[in-house]
Amino acid sequence: MKINDSLPLEYRTEENSNKIFGFWLFLGAEIALFSTLFAVYLTLWNRTGSGPTGKELFELNGVIWETFLLLTSSFTCGLGIHAMRLNLKKPMIVFFVITLLMGLGFLGIEITEFVNYVHEGATLQTSAFLSSLFVLLGTHGLHVTMGILWGAGILIQVGRQGFTDETANKSFIFSLYWHFLDVVWIFIFSFVYMKGLM
Amino acid sequence: MKWDEFFVTGEPMIYAAMVSIVVVSLAILIGLTYFKKWGYLWREWLTTVDHKRIGVMYILAALIMLFRGGIDALLMRTQLAAPEMKFLDAQHYNEIFTTHGVIMILFMAMPFVIGLMNVVVPLQIGARDVAFPRLNAVSFWMFFFGAMLFNISFVIGGSPDAGWTAYFPLASLEFSPTVGNNFYSLALQISGIGTLMTGVNFIVTILKMRAPGMKLMRMPMFTWSVLITNVIILFAFPVLTVALALMMFDRIFGSQFFTMANGGMDMLWANLFWVWGHPEVYIVILPAFGIFSDIISTFSKKNLYGYKSMVASMVVISLLSFIVWAHHFYTMGAGVMVNGFFSITTMAIAVPTGVKIFNWLFTLQKGKISFTTPMLYAMAFIPIFTIGGVTGVMLAMASADYQYHNTMFLVAHFHYVLIPGTVFGVLAGMYFWFPKIFGFRLNEKLGKTAFWLIVVGFNTAFLPLFFLGLSGMTRRMYTYSADTGFGPLNMVATIGAFILAIGFVVLCYNFYWSFRYSPRDENGDPWDARTLEWSTPSPVPVYNFAKVPNVKSMDALWEAKVNGVPLYEEGPYEPIHMPNNSGQPFILGVIMFFLGFFLVFSWFIPAIIAGIGVVVMLALRSFERDHGYHISPEEIAATEQKLRGDSV
Repeated sequence: MKINDSLPLEYRTEENSNKIFGFWLFLGAEIALFSTLFAVYLTLWNRTGSGPTGKELFELNGVIWETFLLLTSSFTCGLGIHAMRLNLKKPMIVFFVITLLMGLGFLGIEITEFVNYVHEGATLQTSAFLSSLFVLLGTHGLHVTMGILWGAGILIQVGRQGFTDETANKSFIFSLYWHFLDVVWIFIFSFVYMKGLM
Repeated sequence: MKWDEFFVTGEPMIYAAMVSIVVVSLAILIGLTYFKKWGYLWREWLTTVDHKRIGVMYILAALIMLFRGGIDALLMRTQLAAPEMKFLDAQHYNEIFTTHGVIMILFMAMPFVIGLMNVVVPLQIGARDVAFPRLNAVSFWMFFFGAMLFNISFVIGGSPDAGWTAYFPLASLEFSPTVGNNFYSLALQISGIGTLMTGVNFIVTILKMRAPGMKLMRMPMFTWSVLITNVIILFAFPVLTVALALMMFDRIFGSQFFTMANGGMDMLWANLFWVWGHPEVYIVILPAFGIFSDIISTFSKKNLYGYKSMVASMVVISLLSFIVWAHHFYTMGAGVMVNGFFSITTMAIAVPTGVKIFNWLFTLQKGKISFTTPMLYAMAFIPIFTIGGVTGVMLAMASADYQYHNTMFLVAHFHYVLIPGTVFGVLAGMYFWFPKIFGFRLNEKLGKTAFWLIVVGFNTAFLPLFFLGLSGMTRRMYTYSADTGFGPLNMVATIGAFILAIGFVVLCYNFYWSFRYSPRDENGDPWDARTLEWSTPSPVPVYNFAKVPNVKSMDALWEAKVNGVPLYEEGPYEPIHMPNNSGQPFILGVIMFFLGFFLVFSWFIPAIIAGIGVVVMLALRSFERDHGYHISPEEIAATEQKLRGDSV
């Protein structure tokens, strides 16, 4: 097995550096996936039928909190990877735990928001606008959920084994994923909420 | 739900199919038990992560699907053979043309192409496996169980019946109330995820795992075509994922994406479908171009003419493939500007394709041509595919398309590109690379007999459809009256279809004959070929290359043979690191199958349980510690000795 010591731990073996490259490609496919969902949303966003419009539905308060939590979690995730590069196990775990907790907080607010929408009579079945809204936000939310489960699994492994080629590689790839979800959220914030409220 | 809603009833042919499915399944189970092959099947095939075996399984599955789709085609042709036939009713006919299209494109052409990629690409670039062998197995089992889920629809629940394009509003719950289109959305979704993973896997493999000296511009043309194809897969398949998910939400959860009320937009489906669907055409055709390039160069004993322009034209085709989708629905009233734009981009594709055609012709020029079976397919491909291409340019003209749209002319056109392109391509590739995997060639005489039956049958079956289309016969009509005058040409087409079918029977017989009687291949290079895969012994050992080859030029093996440039350095063998087999991909596939099946029938509690099963499988994989194993130098030496009869 070829090992290149001049690289960060997560890149050292050929297999691991292939995994990182492969994950970048996967993120490329994810960009295509979310672009399609945005295209669908932007096609349907003013086709509200007899249901409510975005302006009537959206409340900025929750959205601001969601944005704050997710953006900050991306920062703490980056700090976690920085700690990993410095071989500091405990700080890395603490930063990752904070990241995942903020992710959970984001999810909690999003679910509350969905429940509120449904109580106001705005469901998946109401109109094309709402279908595309729920599916776009839901896909992002599902990604966050999977990310939390995945991140928790990696944390357990780091806790047990410390930083190895494998755990470092997994943590790094997880961080790429988490930053990506943050980027998608920025687009959701701009093209769904800001556009809807204007 | 009652039993007679669950199973399809009332059709004698389907009862016969049910009986035959039960009989064949029992025969397989009894056979496996009697010959004590369960362990062998599990250890050597179901759990394998070896790219060659996965490739063989892909091709085997594709051949089975070819026969399923082919029988659909024969049923359709029989129904259309004469006016007012009573062989199939309208509903049954709708189901059959739908399953024919879906199966042939997604469960025959795609897996056949991916199977050849799996077998050949790592060998052509001097790699020991793909980048992610385990993920490769996951891809295969996702495809396989997606295909199975789609296929059971014709005995359980009912087949989809809205065409392979499943246009809305026809495919909506309102107009297609059976579960047929639920099968469509879920089965394609499951196999589509597998394909996307293949895309990631092969891009990494080709970009990162080439042998030393195998620069990008030294790669064999097939590997180039696979690289470009997988880039298309990476960006096209997520669109299909979204389209199918929205379809599922519309049909199972009552959302309003493509409905006729509450703001839904049926045209949105057509756009999403073809934003994936047109690149999909190039996903199945570009690897065929690559196969033909390698075959024509090998059997002309010349290097490929215009290598760089071959690569450039494929790149241009891949880019154009994403901006032509609206030519599938010129008649839906998008306006002059839109139609004009898509008309021009579509016609532009003829330019890089023409470059390729001329490059093949110039490769042949003054070559020492040997007419082997794979070469015959390549020779037939060039003129027949050109007919398909030229009629494509005719269809690309938006205003003229109002005349051809959804007629048999269109049906003839796309069969004229897909059969000589993709089908001839994968068959040629199968004949060409068969000895590499199995250690003996398929019989040439039987191969040529099958070739002539297939070529003559194909043209007899599809040439008449151009004329039927021009005289007004629309596609997907299940019968016609004698007054239309469509009868005689349809009869000719049906006869052609049966000749084609006989050709495929001969092709199958060839497997049987060659397995029993074909002489075994001694040196691993039966065709006197040019590229790295032929420098390994046949059948290829599990580790592919005992030593990593050192590539110094294009067509490295040819250089080694003609100019004596050594491919392998002298010296002792080193231990080879290999991945372990795993049953997880297979089990994940089974769980995905049940997840899809439960969702088809909206059985949400079992579906949630299956969904949890998927998450558990992912977690198991994450926590697994599997570092593979090493093959010792002594073992390599012994294997090489046995396969080559000497020491290298």
